[in-house]
Amino acid sequence: MSDVALVSSPNVGIAKPEESKKYVNELTTLNLGPTHPATHGIFQNILTMDGETIIDSEQTVGYIHRAFEKIAERRPLYQITTLTDRMNYCSSPINNMGWHMTVEKLLGIEVPKRAQYMRVIMMELARIADHIICNSILAVDTGAMTGFLYVMQWRENIYEIYEELCGARLTTNMGRFGGMERDFSAEAIRKIKHFLSEFPKALREFESMVKRNRIFMDRTIGVGGISGERALNYGFTGPNLRAAGIDYDVRAMNPYSSYEDFEFDVPVGTTGDTYDRFLVRGEEMWQSLRIIQQAMDNLPEGPYHADAPHYYLPPKQEVYRNMEALIYHFKIVMGEIDAPVGEVYHSVEGGNGELGFYLVSDGGRTPYRLKFRRPCYIYYQAFPEMIKGSTLSDAIITMSSMNVIAGELDT
Amino acid sequence: MTNEQIAQDLVSKFGEDKIYGIVENYGLLNVTTSVDTIVPLLHYLYQHPTFKFQFLTDLGGIHFPDAVGQELGVIYHLHSLENNVRLIIKLYVPIESPVVPTITKLYAAADWMEREAFDFYGILFEGHPNLKRILNTDDMDYHPMRKEYPMEDATRQDKIDALFGR
Repeated sequence: MSDVALVSSPNVGIAKPEESKKYVNELTTLNLGPTHPATHGIFQNILTMDGETIIDSEQTVGYIHRAFEKIAERRPLYQITTLTDRMNYCSSPINNMGWHMTVEKLLGIEVPKRAQYMRVIMMELARIADHIICNSILAVDTGAMTGFLYVMQWRENIYEIYEELCGARLTTNMGRFGGMERDFSAEAIRKIKHFLSEFPKALREFESMVKRNRIFMDRTIGVGGISGERALNYGFTGPNLRAAGIDYDVRAMNPYSSYEDFEFDVPVGTTGDTYDRFLVRGEEMWQSLRIIQQAMDNLPEGPYHADAPHYYLPPKQEVYRNMEALIYHFKIVMGEIDAPVGEVYHSVEGGNGELGFYLVSDGGRTPYRLKFRRPCYIYYQAFPEMIKGSTLSDAIITMSSMNVIAGELDT
Repeated sequence: MTNEQIAQDLVSKFGEDKIYGIVENYGLLNVTTSVDTIVPLLHYLYQHPTFKFQFLTDLGGIHFPDAVGQELGVIYHLHSLENNVRLIIKLYVPIESPVVPTITKLYAAADWMEREAFDFYGILFEGHPNLKRILNTDDMDYHPMRKEYPMEDATRQDKIDALFGR
C-alpha cells in the first residue's frame, strides 16, 4: 500500500538531480504516518523535504474507510444513527442529532420545544468536548502537558452526562427520530449544573497557562496560516474558517433546533494561523457555556419527544402489554417502515464545521443514496498548501490545530 | 433573491434545453444541466454580481442503473454565503463514457470531492490534476458504490425480501 502511494504521484518521491539543484540540500522523502503518534489518527503524509523545510507533501487517506455510505444503502434510517457516531467520534451527539434532524425534515416531524432545547444542551456539551481535545492536544504537541490534564478531567464529566442520558460515552447513539429517548434525570440536571459552575474555573486556568504563554505564542503565531479567500475556496467551515476571518456559522446563519432563541457570539480570527484557530476554539467554548446556561434556565416543560409512532420506539413496558406498541416496536426494530420519496439536505454546525447529510429516498426502507458532507475531509486537502515552506514541527502543530479526525476523514 | 428568480435567470441565460428539471425540495432549489454547460454555468454563478455562489459545499456521485444513457450523476451543492441561498445542480452521463469536466480550477475544494466520486462511481473528471483513488486501495479494479455491487453476501438466504412480505 505505502509502496504504491510512494511512487504514484509525480510531485513527491525521490527528486530528480536537475530538480534538486534549486535546493540547499539533497531532497529527502519522509513518511509522517500512517501510524505516527503526532497525527492523532491513521493517515499518511508523504513529505518531500529540503533539510528541515517542507517542499511538497501528499496525503494518503482512507486507512480506516468503513464504507458508511454503502452500508447506509442497506440499512433502515433508524439504524444509520450508529454509523454517524463513528464519524467525528469526539462529538458524536452532534452527528446523531444532525442525522435525526435530516430524517425529521424528510418525514415532516415537528419536534417539541423541550426536546429541541435538550438537543442544544447536548450538542453544545459535545462541542466543548471536541474543542477541549483539540486545544489541549495542541498544547501537548507544543510541549505543554499540564494544561491537557487540567481540562481532560472535564471531558470525563461531559461523558458522564452523556451516560445519564443514553448510557454510552463515546459512540453515543443519542436521541431518536422525533426527540430524545428519555428526559433529563435529576442526576443529569445536577451534573450539567455542576459542569456549568465548575468547568469555567478549569478552562480559565487552562487559558491562563497557555494563551499568553511566550513559548506557545512563539510556536503558533504565524504558523500554518491561510487567508479567508483561500479558505473559502478550499471549502473550509467551522472554527478553521472563522479563524481566517469569515463569520460563517451554521447555527447563526441557518438556525436549527431553536438556536434562534439563544444569544451567542460568533468569534472570528484574522490571520487564520494556528494561534487564531486556538483562540477561536477557546472562545467558542465560552459561547457554548453561555448557550447551555440559557437553555438550562429556559428549559420548557412538556414532552421530550414528538408523537411519531412509526419512528419513535414505544416505551418498553407498553411493548409487553399493548398490541400496537408491540407492532410498532417490531416494525421499527426490523426496519419495516418505508420512508417517503424525497431529497433532503440538512446541515448542522459540527465540531469541525458544516456537517451535512444529503439523503435521497426512493420510497424504500433504506436511503437510495446518503452523502455525508464531512468538514474534515474537505479542509484537510488544503494542508499541503498550509505547510509548504514550513518546518516539520510547524506542520505537526498545524495539523493538530486543524483538528483532523480520522473517523470523519474516512467515513 | 428567491429560488424563482435564480431559476428564471438561469433559464433565460442558458436556455430551457440546458437548464431543466427545476424543482424545489424542502426549500432548496434543484436544477439539472448538461455536461457541456456545467463549467460555464458554475463560472456564471460564481461571478454573478448578486448570486455569488462562491462556496462549494459538496460534490457527490449517484447511480441510477435503470436510467438508460443517464446512469451516473454528479450532484453539486453550491452555497451563496452572502445571500445565504443554497443551490443543487445535477448532471447525468452515460455509464459507458462517464466524462465530466473538472471544476477544480474554480473551486480548490473540488479536488478531493471529485477524486471521491471517481473512486466510488468511476466518474472521470477531465482535466483533474491528480485523478486517482482516495479512500479505497489503489489496486481496486471496480467502483464500489455502483448499484450492481450488493452490500452483503449474495448467497445469504435469511434476508430475502419475499420472506418478510416486501
